[in-house]
Amino acid sequence: MNDKLQIADKIFSSRLFTGTGKFSSSALMKSALLASESELITVALKRVDVQDKDDDILLHLNHSRINLLPNTSGVRNAKEAVFAAELSREALETNWVKLEIHPDPRYLLPDPIETLKAAEALVKKGFVVMPYIHADPVLCKRLEEVGVQCVMPLGAPIGSNKGLKTQDFLEIIIEQSNVPVIVDAGIGAPSHAAHAMEIGADAVLVNTAIAVSQNPVAMAQAFKMAVQAGRMAYQAKLAPVKKQAEASSPLTSFLN
Amino acid sequence: MATFETHFNTFNWDDTLASINAKTKADVEVALASNKRNLEDFKALISPAAKPFLEQMAQMSRELTKKRFGNTIQMYAPLYLSNECQNICTYCGFSLTNKIPRRTLTDSEILKEVKFLKNKGFDHVLLVTGEANNTVGVNYLNNAIKLVKPHFSNISIEVQPLEQNDYELLIENGLYAVLVYQETYHKNEYKKHHPKGKKSNFEYRLDTPDRLGKAGIHKIGLGALFGLEDWRADSFFTALHLKYLQKQYWKTKYSISFPRLRPHSGGLEPKVEMTDADLVQLICAYRLLDEDLELSMSTRESETFRDHIVQLGITSISSESKTNPGGYAVEPQSLEQFEISDERSTEAFTKMLKNQGLEVVWKDWQHFN
Repeated sequence: MNDKLQIADKIFSSRLFTGTGKFSSSALMKSALLASESELITVALKRVDVQDKDDDILLHLNHSRINLLPNTSGVRNAKEAVFAAELSREALETNWVKLEIHPDPRYLLPDPIETLKAAEALVKKGFVVMPYIHADPVLCKRLEEVGVQCVMPLGAPIGSNKGLKTQDFLEIIIEQSNVPVIVDAGIGAPSHAAHAMEIGADAVLVNTAIAVSQNPVAMAQAFKMAVQAGRMAYQAKLAPVKKQAEASSPLTSFLN
Repeated sequence: MATFETHFNTFNWDDTLASINAKTKADVEVALASNKRNLEDFKALISPAAKPFLEQMAQMSRELTKKRFGNTIQMYAPLYLSNECQNICTYCGFSLTNKIPRRTLTDSEILKEVKFLKNKGFDHVLLVTGEANNTVGVNYLNNAIKLVKPHFSNISIEVQPLEQNDYELLIENGLYAVLVYQETYHKNEYKKHHPKGKKSNFEYRLDTPDRLGKAGIHKIGLGALFGLEDWRADSFFTALHLKYLQKQYWKTKYSISFPRLRPHSGGLEPKVEMTDADLVQLICAYRLLDEDLELSMSTRESETFRDHIVQLGITSISSESKTNPGGYAVEPQSLEQFEISDERSTEAFTKMLKNQGLEVVWKDWQHFN
């Protein structure tokens, strides 16, 4: 089945994107990420030393299948986000950026106003912008208008593992979007990931659920399979959910 | 604009302590079963009634910490710049009346200390001074921050309380966090332990985090010095302070530290002792109150205690600390502010962490401006 996902100029075979935080060692992180078969992996700029060729995390991500997606975690406004993106473009030689602006350090909820401002500026500067946002359908359209290459609405607060708490809004976003929709944050179990794919998400991004599991490598594989299963189910069109049982002898059969 | 002082004055120490001690087993069970815990739940969790639930609290605290922070622990190092001080604090080695040699590091001495810490791997640094405004005032601190900034990703200070505009200046030049412990929230006891110097002003210290919040600081560290008064009441007021600040200055991150006076350690004897079990209970209670709170531990605590507590809720920790200016490289023999207990090398300490399955995080910050 030729079901590749295209974002900007890149084509992905895997619809599972992953992250690098919270693992108990860089070696384990690498094993889990390879097991996930993920091709796009986000890394927080604040956690790595981009000037250091021997940075432990970056060394472990040096693999032909892995595309780095630097994220701006830690910035509090559009100005800082643009600065961070430019720094990463220069040091990591990629114009891809996961735009995360969460001035609230507790729930890490994204600031829609600053995100839109930064997205507009970064697109103009030639970046492939992947914005982390609330599941806000209007904001998604506004971001699309300024030229982002995808949108990354949250399923639930980041790291919460609560699943698709925002499902109703995600469905509207998926229905309306002209760019790929990647469900980011809140996905705590492979079943959540499958669920997101079944409702038509183009991809999901999972970090905590893999990194904090007792067996990150096995969990990474479980997510890989769940994303594949969910995608196949979406393409095969799920049978409709029925509110009541269908009687084998319907009341209106005498009309035939 | 109102400050914490206004809110604080609506509470009474004795009533608060009585209400903590009156918490029952049922209150603890409600607190443990809750999804979002409030300050009444926190009271129950730090109360004597929660003691039989300590193992359950520890399990929950560990799980919540892992969920939020993963299998990681942040390393930091204190860098003492000066022991000059015009305050009298009954518990402190740098107290004005102590006859000790006083020293304030020069630029080249600071850089020697920096080199030592960089070689150990540290990338988050905590600059510490006493309170001596003529020698270690805002200008000295500003210079020190600019001096160390090229070498550390993350710079915190633990110094005298400053004015909002002073903080704004330091933040502009690279300051990330300020630690300012109230020591005790018991006003009369506070006055007894701080009879002389600017620090004797309880209210000015109490409202320091407000000035920091208004200045737009990234992180504020709170705490009480356990032993001066009842640790339960002091912890309730610290948590009250925290909850007030989180609502008021929502872009700022918060951390809690747990310094405690130890009996028979040669320093001030604690008026109210806090046992190891008490400290574990408190750390777990904070985690259950707030899963994203940074909880920090120094080398005051013993090896055994530190080896275990890193799995129970602590998220940032120091090692091989020296609490005397120049203690790392310039003048290792000089007198320390307080005795550290865990004297292991950073190499040995981080090896222990890795053996426990914890990723040692050196760098987790960058200035993007």
